[in-house]
Amino acid sequence: MNLRRDVFQAIADPTRRTILLLVASQAMTAGAIASNFDTARPTVSKHLQILTECELLEQKQNGREIYYYINAKKMKEVADFIEPFRKMWDDRFNKLENIMKAYKPKK
Amino acid sequence: MEQKTKINAEEGKQDLVITREFDLPLELLFKAYEEPEIIEQWMGTKVLQLENKNHGSWRFETSNEKANMVFQLNGVIHEFSPNQRIIRTFEMDNVPFGVQLEFLEFEKLTDDTSKLTMHIIYRSAEIRDQVLKLPFTYGINMAHNQLEKVLSKLK
Repeated sequence: MNLRRDVFQAIADPTRRTILLLVASQAMTAGAIASNFDTARPTVSKHLQILTECELLEQKQNGREIYYYINAKKMKEVADFIEPFRKMWDDRFNKLENIMKAYKPKK
Repeated sequence: MEQKTKINAEEGKQDLVITREFDLPLELLFKAYEEPEIIEQWMGTKVLQLENKNHGSWRFETSNEKANMVFQLNGVIHEFSPNQRIIRTFEMDNVPFGVQLEFLEFEKLTDDTSKLTMHIIYRSAEIRDQVLKLPFTYGINMAHNQLEKVLSKLK
C-alpha cells in the first residue's frame, strides 16, 4: 500500500481537513466531532477511520470513551515537507492540461 | 476532490516518483513535452535548445522575478521514444544538487486520458530531500490554508 499517497488523499478532502482542524485544538470523541457536521454519523466515522489509517489521527481510550487526537509528527511531516513540492508539480501539470485542452493542431 | 498529482518519496531513498493522470489523449500529453513553444508556456521557461532524439541535449532558462535571478537548466536526452518514454538528465547551474536522472513514462489510459510517471533519481538521499524542500524554502503557498492553521497551533 502506498501510504503517502493515501495521506495526500486524506488531506485533500475538505471534511477531513475540518476534522483535523477541530481535533488539533483538543482531543475529541467521535460523537463530539460528528456534532460539528450536518453529515450522517457513519460518514464522519468513515472519515475518522481514513485519518486514523493514515496516522494523521490517533486513538486513545479514556474510560469508556475513545478520544481522537492529532498526530503532530505525521502532520508536520506531510504538510511541511512534501506538500509544497507536490503543489508545485500539480500547478505545472494543471497548466499543461489546460494549454493542451485548448490546443489546436496547426495544419 | 482527489488530488491528481501524487508524489511517492520513501524515507531514506535517493529517488522519488511523481505520477499524474491527465484528461488528455496520450499524443497531446506527449506533445506538451515535445514542442518548445508549449514547454515554454507550462514550464514558464525559455527553451534555448531542445534536441528531441537519442543522445540529444537540452537547455532551458528560467527567471525568478522575485529573486531577480536567472537559472539555466540543462541535460542530455538519453532516449526519446514518441508517445512512450523520455530518459534524460537534468541539472541546474550554480546550485549544489548535481545531476539527476529522469525516466518519464507516458501511458495511454483511455482514448481521452493518459498518465505520466516521472521517476527521478538523485545522487544521494540527502540531495533528494534538499530538492524536495526547495519549494517550501522559497515560500510557495501551501495548498491547504486550513492545514497551515493546524500547523500554527502545533508550534
